[in-house]
Amino acid sequence: MAVLTEEQSMLRDAAKSWVQEKSPVTAFRKMRDSGAELGYDVAAWNEMAEMGWAGVIIPEEFGGSNFGYLSLGLVLEELGRTLTASPLIASGLAGASALILGGSDAQKSEWLPKIADGSAVAALAVDEGPHHRPEKVEATVSGGKLTGKKSFVIEGMAANVFVVSAKEGGKVELYLVKADDAGVKRTKLSLADSRGAANVEFNGAAAEKLNGGAELLDKVLDRARAGLAAEMLGAATQAFEITLDYLKTRVQFGQVIGSFQALQHRAAKMFTELELARSAVEAALTAIDNDAPDVAELVSLSKAKMGDTFHLVSNEMVQMHGGIGMTDAHDAGFYLKRARAAEAAFGNQAFHRDRYAKIQGY
Amino acid sequence: MADFGGTDVEAFRKEVREWVAANFPADLKGKPNPMAREERGSTPTPDQEAWRKAVGAKGWGTPTWPKEYGGGGLSPAEARVVQGEFARAGAYNPIGGMGVMMFGPTLLEYGTDAQKQEHIPPICRGEIAWCQGFSEPGAGSDLAALQTKCEDKGDHYEINGSKIWTSGAQWADWCFCLVRTDTKKKHEGISFVLFTMHQPGVEVRPIPLIAGSSPFCETFFTNARAEKKDLVGPLNGGWTIGKRLLQHERSGLTGAGGGLGSGGKSLETLAKEYVGLDEEGRIADHDLRTRLVTNVMNMRAFQQTAVRAMVEAKGNASPSTATSIMKNAGTQLIQERHEMALEIMGHQGLGWEGDDFKKDELEAVRGWLFGKAFTIFGGSQEVQSNIVSKRILGLPDLTQAH
Repeated sequence: MAVLTEEQSMLRDAAKSWVQEKSPVTAFRKMRDSGAELGYDVAAWNEMAEMGWAGVIIPEEFGGSNFGYLSLGLVLEELGRTLTASPLIASGLAGASALILGGSDAQKSEWLPKIADGSAVAALAVDEGPHHRPEKVEATVSGGKLTGKKSFVIEGMAANVFVVSAKEGGKVELYLVKADDAGVKRTKLSLADSRGAANVEFNGAAAEKLNGGAELLDKVLDRARAGLAAEMLGAATQAFEITLDYLKTRVQFGQVIGSFQALQHRAAKMFTELELARSAVEAALTAIDNDAPDVAELVSLSKAKMGDTFHLVSNEMVQMHGGIGMTDAHDAGFYLKRARAAEAAFGNQAFHRDRYAKIQGY
Repeated sequence: MADFGGTDVEAFRKEVREWVAANFPADLKGKPNPMAREERGSTPTPDQEAWRKAVGAKGWGTPTWPKEYGGGGLSPAEARVVQGEFARAGAYNPIGGMGVMMFGPTLLEYGTDAQKQEHIPPICRGEIAWCQGFSEPGAGSDLAALQTKCEDKGDHYEINGSKIWTSGAQWADWCFCLVRTDTKKKHEGISFVLFTMHQPGVEVRPIPLIAGSSPFCETFFTNARAEKKDLVGPLNGGWTIGKRLLQHERSGLTGAGGGLGSGGKSLETLAKEYVGLDEEGRIADHDLRTRLVTNVMNMRAFQQTAVRAMVEAKGNASPSTATSIMKNAGTQLIQERHEMALEIMGHQGLGWEGDDFKKDELEAVRGWLFGKAFTIFGGSQEVQSNIVSKRILGLPDLTQAH
């Protein structure tokens, strides 16, 4: 855990106690069982927004607290521990970043205060196929109207405004499209991790350009990736701790199974990977806050390392729990499913390793 | 800098720079420390001797050790200035070895004032080479099973038995040694003693390794003598001190420097040379490229963790748990790099000796073989995993060994 400022410690502690009291994994289970339309509990999201979490990176003049990305990462890490579903990454992180970095004063004034207080949800619509390939854009804009199909849009059903990548005159740009535009049609996706996602069709929907082109898209994605990696870090850490508790309590052959060296060394391996991944995640968020020149490679490192680590830990969680880990009544499956969905979002390990190598010139 | 204690860093930097310019012999620029493995045992040149003596007199080879025992007495920030200025001038630190890495820090913590006065200053001056008498043929991972006997002979101790894997014993002047002083107890029957290697009761036999070199020795003691004043800590209280020393050893064995014995070339550079790039500028062997970049990224996460552990230890006032994973994580990555270097070089990475191979290539082969020691010495990978399981994760200990 990084050395935190007093404000950051307070923010993290507040998130920790809220998550434990108000949003344990049973809350996620209840949301899933209820078949919640949006893939999250709206009342819980409103509470989060009231505590200011949707505005952590938003400047004070637009209703936020301007605490930065590491601070938001601390909140996301705590939420990740109990798999708390919310549009915080889509809206308070990705959508807000797009507006902060590429919005005009008018666009910021229109949307940032609403994102900060939770009354509006923004969502990033960039992918057009089964894989994250942000450079492959077929959606187009002409005469201020956007046409194209976007897939796997996180919180696509909840969104009031989309941040959409499209080409105009052959150049990639980002656009704001209001969700209630007559040219927007969305289809809810029912995914294994029970979180909110949609396929979205744009048929000549009114689009307002953001300033920054492909470079802006890259920056927004890197912020989303680093924040998602923080959520994954929390989830993987919790999955590990639950598993470790089980190793200390489950008795077979007259002893706790955690006394078996075969399991001990696998536990030590998981701990090692979690420590390495934590360093990568904190370094990426800190680099964003410092506007460091190597943000892109540090973010790719964090997302790839965290993808591998969450994958490892969630699979070991099921395996080490044995049969009980296969049951829907146990939480292990939730972590396994979330790990898969989080891996795929904004680029999996293969994507980010390739990107890292390209940045390094090979 | 926060920990600089108000001293003017730039003034100190200027002082060090001027001193280095005045004292560092120009012909040593960019040369390795003669105490480094390959060069060891050969007679130092007058310039090497002069540089060692100059740095030793300043105490700057052990910059943060107390001045009263011959150290530099510098703050960590000042020590970084010295390190930086040495690097800038292409000057190696001539003070090193096990005395600096392991024994010195341990004696500073557990020794009496008289022991520190006697043994620390020669380490700071680079005059005495130390070796470590820990492992025995029957006591490797289970170090506390050691049997080398140490008997009280009234005015001195008498030592009988043998040690193995004693690094640099053939060049060592003194030995810090774990010995058995009580056969009825395991951990509580071990003591930590010091004695000179230059005595008739000590015999050293270097062990040829698969890499072709003999950095480790078998060391035999037949009625060897240790003085009473050279018992460190209480009688039968040596295990705690030995464990502490191993922590110093392990923290120095993580391979964080990434040294590869490939003439300083990165694996990426080697891959570009030997394998080439495809039309899109990627390493042409895509399978290799993926594994290579994975290692490079893991190495970076490892370095980030080293930095994080340091910052946390300073800022959170308790040791970072991240430290416990460093040896296994680091040594595994280094071994992967050794393997990959040979893979990249192909048949050129198989040379044992001769002019058909470049120096880089021959070094890569030897480095690969010697690197197998990294996950064995200083606590094997398996012992390190036991330590993490027990101490950090709180899982039951069935070995009782650590």
